[in-house]
Amino acid sequence: MDYSELLAEAKDALFLNKMRTGLATLGIIIGISAVITLVSLGQSGQKSVETQIQSLGSNLLTVMPGAQSSGGIRGAGGAQTTSLTYEDAKALQVNSNIVGIKNVSPEIAQRSQLTAGGNNTNVQVQGVTNSYFPVHSLNIQTGNSITDQDVVAARKIAVLGPQVVTDLFGEGATPVGQTVRINKEAFTVVGITEEKGGSGFQNQDNMIFIPLTTAQKIVFGVDYISSIAIETTSKDNMTDVQNQVGYYLLSRHKLSDPTQADFSILSQQDIIGAATQVTGIFTTLLAGIAAISLLVGGIGIMNIMLVTVIERTREIGLRKALGAKKKTVIAQFLAEAIILTGVGGILGLMFGILLSFIITKLINLPFVISLYSIVLAFGVSAGIGVLFGWYPARQASNLSPIEALRYE
Amino acid sequence: MIQVTHLSKIYKNDSVETVAINDISFSIKKGEFVSIMGPSGSGKSTLMHILGGLDIPTKGKYTLDGQDVEKLTDDELAEIRNKKIGFVFQAFNLLPRTTAIKNVMLPMVYGGVPKEERFEKAKKFLEMVGLGDRLEHTSNQLSGGQMQRVAIARALVMDPAIILADEPTGNIASTQAAEIMAIFQNLHKKGHTIIMITHEHDIARHAKRIITMKDGRII
Repeated sequence: MDYSELLAEAKDALFLNKMRTGLATLGIIIGISAVITLVSLGQSGQKSVETQIQSLGSNLLTVMPGAQSSGGIRGAGGAQTTSLTYEDAKALQVNSNIVGIKNVSPEIAQRSQLTAGGNNTNVQVQGVTNSYFPVHSLNIQTGNSITDQDVVAARKIAVLGPQVVTDLFGEGATPVGQTVRINKEAFTVVGITEEKGGSGFQNQDNMIFIPLTTAQKIVFGVDYISSIAIETTSKDNMTDVQNQVGYYLLSRHKLSDPTQADFSILSQQDIIGAATQVTGIFTTLLAGIAAISLLVGGIGIMNIMLVTVIERTREIGLRKALGAKKKTVIAQFLAEAIILTGVGGILGLMFGILLSFIITKLINLPFVISLYSIVLAFGVSAGIGVLFGWYPARQASNLSPIEALRYE
Repeated sequence: MIQVTHLSKIYKNDSVETVAINDISFSIKKGEFVSIMGPSGSGKSTLMHILGGLDIPTKGKYTLDGQDVEKLTDDELAEIRNKKIGFVFQAFNLLPRTTAIKNVMLPMVYGGVPKEERFEKAKKFLEMVGLGDRLEHTSNQLSGGQMQRVAIARALVMDPAIILADEPTGNIASTQAAEIMAIFQNLHKKGHTIIMITHEHDIARHAKRIITMKDGRII
């Protein structure tokens, strides 16, 4: 019996029982597509977190008011402290002579109700200077940015995030020149920022930017700022700049003991460190899920192959009685298992990729498929399928024909 | 052609020993038509399986065409089952959901008959057993008698010297039994050696020689 005959015989046997073949294929499809989809979703989530962190800006130091705490991470919801001022920021930019500072962006932020016409939305109001945009790598899509003159004159102008535009004026609108109101105060829209995507905390698409001085005097009625973002010239001098900024602000605030500091400095490194921890948990979780689905899929495939072959012990006996040699019988069942896992594997692969694509599009995550998940899912499932198609067939063909024929 | 000396078959199940065949000796010449008779449990089926190379004896010697069957390898035995022996089982044992013609072609697949010749040959034998118009019928579309005739066509297609039939009429209606027996008579005339198990006397009468078994012995 040559290979073409072997394949023809295997194909005949597979078509003979469409239900059995269908179920076995389904088992393999589910096993493989589950692994691919789960791994893909996990990696999409991981990628999404990484992208969001990178979108916050690179080479960034953030000075926050309030006492230093271990690890440099301040507890959220703590009392608003008032130790940082616009003058601190200006001094850092102009007078400090710290080498490595590229840009300083003083910021004040608070959530507020925003209205335009009949619509209203609750957004983050950001009082900023012109430096905000380069520091956070945020570009103006339409219109103008906030200029130094706007800040000096405390003009009532605003730059909107695209999400705010959509919420207030409708999708695709360009409301430059129109008016929005924050707490009854009217602001003229001068520009719209580009869409950055992402969601959750610090979503720049859903912010309104106004001159820092306007925010302090007119909107919030305060004289402090919420934070100072400092862009350094390179990634390598961040620690150095962090230290120098620390000492400079200490002396400006007339404090001699660093433990008495009324501010804290967070580097992007710290945030990335925290995020790496999160994505690390993600990765472990993911590997666990993939392992479990691989196990479940594998057991499913094993069961269906075992049952399929054991059910056909009588057929093996008959084939042997009619003159089939042991190796011919084994070869036929092996060919069947290879066809089954091959076809099921490819279908499962396509189904898994399609499913991942649809789900990631639905929940707005980047679509990631990695080769290793495909190789792993296909390799393990096909391996188990072939092994448990071959092994019981070998056992059955070792029986004498009459034992196999009598098998119930 | 067939020489059996002091043959025994003992089944061991846990600690219980069942003696199916107890020290029997006989020989069958080429072209003979032999019936093996006996009540159920007399060991006649076991004997048939050993003669057909489907099972191996516990003790004794079985020579087929001068070859000591005991000394053959598994593959050589498969070759003998394919080329020298044609089986007709009581339960037909056709491949389920498979057409008559494919069932008959199966031994030729294993026997290395060239692909082109298989269909014509299988068709010839199915016509011979009167099923020329049922080639593409699957086993569940055939009656018991028709299934047994497919099985006979399958047994004959490799032109074996010996035909072993285990109660070939046991599962079919008596009118169809007569047709089956006519086929066997015909084969006997053509020179095939036929060994047939039965427990019906009027079926056994078709044979020229009757071996009667009881409790694993020939009486």
